[in-house]
Amino acid sequence: MAQVWARLDDVCVRYGPKIVMQNLSLDIVEGAITCIIGLSGAGKSTILRLLNGLKKPDTGRVFVHGEDITTMRESELIDLRRTIGFAFQFSALFDSLSIGENVALPLREHTKKPAAEIKKIVSETLESVGLAHVEDRYPAELSGGMVKRAGFARAVVTNPQAVLYDEPTTGLDPIITHVLTDTIVKLRRRLNGTAVVVSHDLDSIYMMADYIAMLFEGAIVAYGTVDEIRRSPNPIVQQFLQGSEVGPIPI
Amino acid sequence: MRVLDEVGRGTTNVFAYAGGAAELLADSVRFIVGLRIRFRETSDQAYLLGVQSLSIVLLTSLFTGMVFSLESAVQAVEYGVGNLVGGAVAFSTARELGPMLSAVVVAGRTGAAIAAELGSMVVTEQIEALQSLGLSPTRMLVVPRLLALIVMLPLLTILADIVSILGGMWVANIYAHISTESFVTSARSVLPFTDVLKGLFKSVVFGIIIAIIGSYQGLQTRGGAAGVGKATTGAVVTAIILIFVFNFALSYVLFGGS
Ligand SMILES: Nc1ncnc2c1ncn2[C@@H]1O[C@H](COP(=O)(O)OP(=O)(O)O)[C@@H](O)[C@H]1O
Ligand SMILES: [Mg+2]
Repeated sequence: MAQVWARLDDVCVRYGPKIVMQNLSLDIVEGAITCIIGLSGAGKSTILRLLNGLKKPDTGRVFVHGEDITTMRESELIDLRRTIGFAFQFSALFDSLSIGENVALPLREHTKKPAAEIKKIVSETLESVGLAHVEDRYPAELSGGMVKRAGFARAVVTNPQAVLYDEPTTGLDPIITHVLTDTIVKLRRRLNGTAVVVSHDLDSIYMMADYIAMLFEGAIVAYGTVDEIRRSPNPIVQQFLQGSEVGPIPI
Repeated sequence: MRVLDEVGRGTTNVFAYAGGAAELLADSVRFIVGLRIRFRETSDQAYLLGVQSLSIVLLTSLFTGMVFSLESAVQAVEYGVGNLVGGAVAFSTARELGPMLSAVVVAGRTGAAIAAELGSMVVTEQIEALQSLGLSPTRMLVVPRLLALIVMLPLLTILADIVSILGGMWVANIYAHISTESFVTSARSVLPFTDVLKGLFKSVVFGIIIAIIGSYQGLQTRGGAAGVGKATTGAVVTAIILIFVFNFALSYVLFGGS
């Protein structure tokens, strides 16, 4: 039986009157890539925020490595977050810092490594995501795909045990999408860790996913390997995968 | 009933706001006391703030000193008390006008800039990015801005005081033929140095208000670019109101009946 990296246990999330998650449970397998699919606004990004404690559920519990993170104090959460990389949908690079400074920031703040070593790690990490010689450029000067990759580099530079990717390929061309998908797979192997990827991009999901979880109306309606999900008899899953207008998903 | 409901909600909002801002201040103080300060960012912010606000602070205080002198000098001479004008200008400048004007101008300039910057960092997920790297936005962003304002606003106020008094002196001399010596003597005899210090203490408090309200509003931003606009105006309006309220309270405590 595979090890569990994180577990959402009977989680409810509400924003004001709006119920986003209702009694949702999900296990994230350690050492694998789990893709989360679902409609826009289904709560996929919220799942990622639950996993690193940026968002607390209204009820229910969230475990990471068996520890309940919903009862953690802010200082414990800070320690937890250092072990989890987060690649944001729009990268969220600090636009007042250069790419090199962005990637170096967690090392500068959390380690006592000398500047020369940090510089070396930063350029190696940037190279590992296919970005060379951009240390001195600013986020506003890079293309969409490059910004995404710089975001990946910042998320993985401290060798976290898990990396959360929020829509890593949305809005990018097919070639960049392929490259980024490949990068996610390689990074997971290099870190020998866990990855959770929120995505709409079926081709790239089929390419990288070990497990797929489908989120619909506040709950996980399907979970399994790529083959299991593709062969799922669930009409919601089939409608989503086929991108069809007819079916149980209201449009 | 509707009205009561609205008033009720408004009141809870005010308390929630005050509580949130106070908590942000307390967190910042904890980092400062623990000496977890980013000096580079702090000095950058102090420099930026000085550059942003210096010319407006100087201009507004110069003209205020001049107009104050203009209104009082001619009348004072008519009543034969021209020798009191210097005192009146220096007294009101150091105690009230200098600190207030600088604070209001800096709230409009720097308070707005802080709210806009932090607000746009919220909507582009940069604040969450900091947190997800295990870094505190309070330590990284709020503390440097708070310290920069605590240091720079009193400095700007000293300059405002000087320029305002000089402007007043010049106008008194030209319009009411009050000699520089008479102006200075009067200023010296009326204004104790401790009053100047008390005025500067006020501007430390105003600096805290501007930094904390600007940061708090910025960090509370919701709803995209429109939200940033709201946060910015909200920060300026709230900070200016608080400056007036605290100015009254501080004047009452510091100067009492004197
Ligand atoms: N800070 C927030 N305040 C209010 N509503 C929110 C907030 N964040 C997310 N939501 C709502 O929660 C739902 C799920 O959001 P999200 O997790 O971002 O969805 P997804 O990533 O699947 O598109 C959406 O309907 C969104 O409007
Ligand atoms: Mg999302």
